[in-house]
Amino acid sequence: MSIAITTQFICFTVLSLVVIIGALGVVLLESIVYSAFLLGGVFMSVAGLYLLLNASFVAAAQVLVYVGAVNVLIIFAIMLVNKKEDLKPINDIKSRRIISTSICLTLLSLLIRVDLTNVWSLSSPQNSIGEESTIRIGEHLFSDYLLPFEVASVLLLMAMIGAIVLARRDVMSQDISTGLPVDQELIEKSSEPLLTNKN
Amino acid sequence: MNLESIPLQAFLIVSSVLFCIGIWGLLNSRNAVRVLMSIELMLNAVNINLMAFSSYIDNNLIQGQVFAIFVITVAAAEAAVGLAILLSLYRNRVTVDMESFNLLKW
Repeated sequence: MSIAITTQFICFTVLSLVVIIGALGVVLLESIVYSAFLLGGVFMSVAGLYLLLNASFVAAAQVLVYVGAVNVLIIFAIMLVNKKEDLKPINDIKSRRIISTSICLTLLSLLIRVDLTNVWSLSSPQNSIGEESTIRIGEHLFSDYLLPFEVASVLLLMAMIGAIVLARRDVMSQDISTGLPVDQELIEKSSEPLLTNKN
Repeated sequence: MNLESIPLQAFLIVSSVLFCIGIWGLLNSRNAVRVLMSIELMLNAVNINLMAFSSYIDNNLIQGQVFAIFVITVAAAEAAVGLAILLSLYRNRVTVDMESFNLLKW
């Protein structure tokens, strides 16, 4: 990458601060809508980190797939299920919080220790492929990673069909009160929830 | 600072912190949508790791970037199916509170 090293450091610091503070906001904020928009910001900053690592193609894929598709999907899901509800209080919430936080902090200290103490066998920057990485990814995808590439297309097809089947609502074929056939294209009859008020 | 580039450890620490935040959110969220968002955060942390290793250790063959693309694909499929499951759960239970999804509880 041909940016001066000081600029790289500044960009890295800003991007990682946005990533970490944004992620904290995603899990800690009260409003789920703010969380969803912060998540979009986190995804954009991760794409910026990829650009710092000379990976323009993956950065573009990150913006397209995560910000353009996954985040929009999450916002749509929030709009569909966003109902104000009073959550039942949990009795042992405090001990749960303490246990989960200590587990996370232990895992974090372990990971950071591994990051810092392990001796990474860095390769020399001379034979770095640099800006040509998109070409190399294309070569990989159509030679030695061809089978995973094709399997990924099958996976996406399965996910699409599965999502449609799971999210589909059963539509009645005729109106109950009048007995007339219902125009199925636009009308959705809501069915009774199956499992409410069980407990 | 007389370093010639950002150290690899900096990227690894950022991704470790992001992963732990994701796990914390996964364990502590009451809202099912927020659980899905935490999973996306964890997948992104893994992707940062893969990209950093591919840029610093395997910078000629960059197989890590190909892996990151596959992870992005699987994450997109996971988000679609997860949100569809969430919608059908909401339709049956009329809530997204994680504490009420205890049908399989022992």
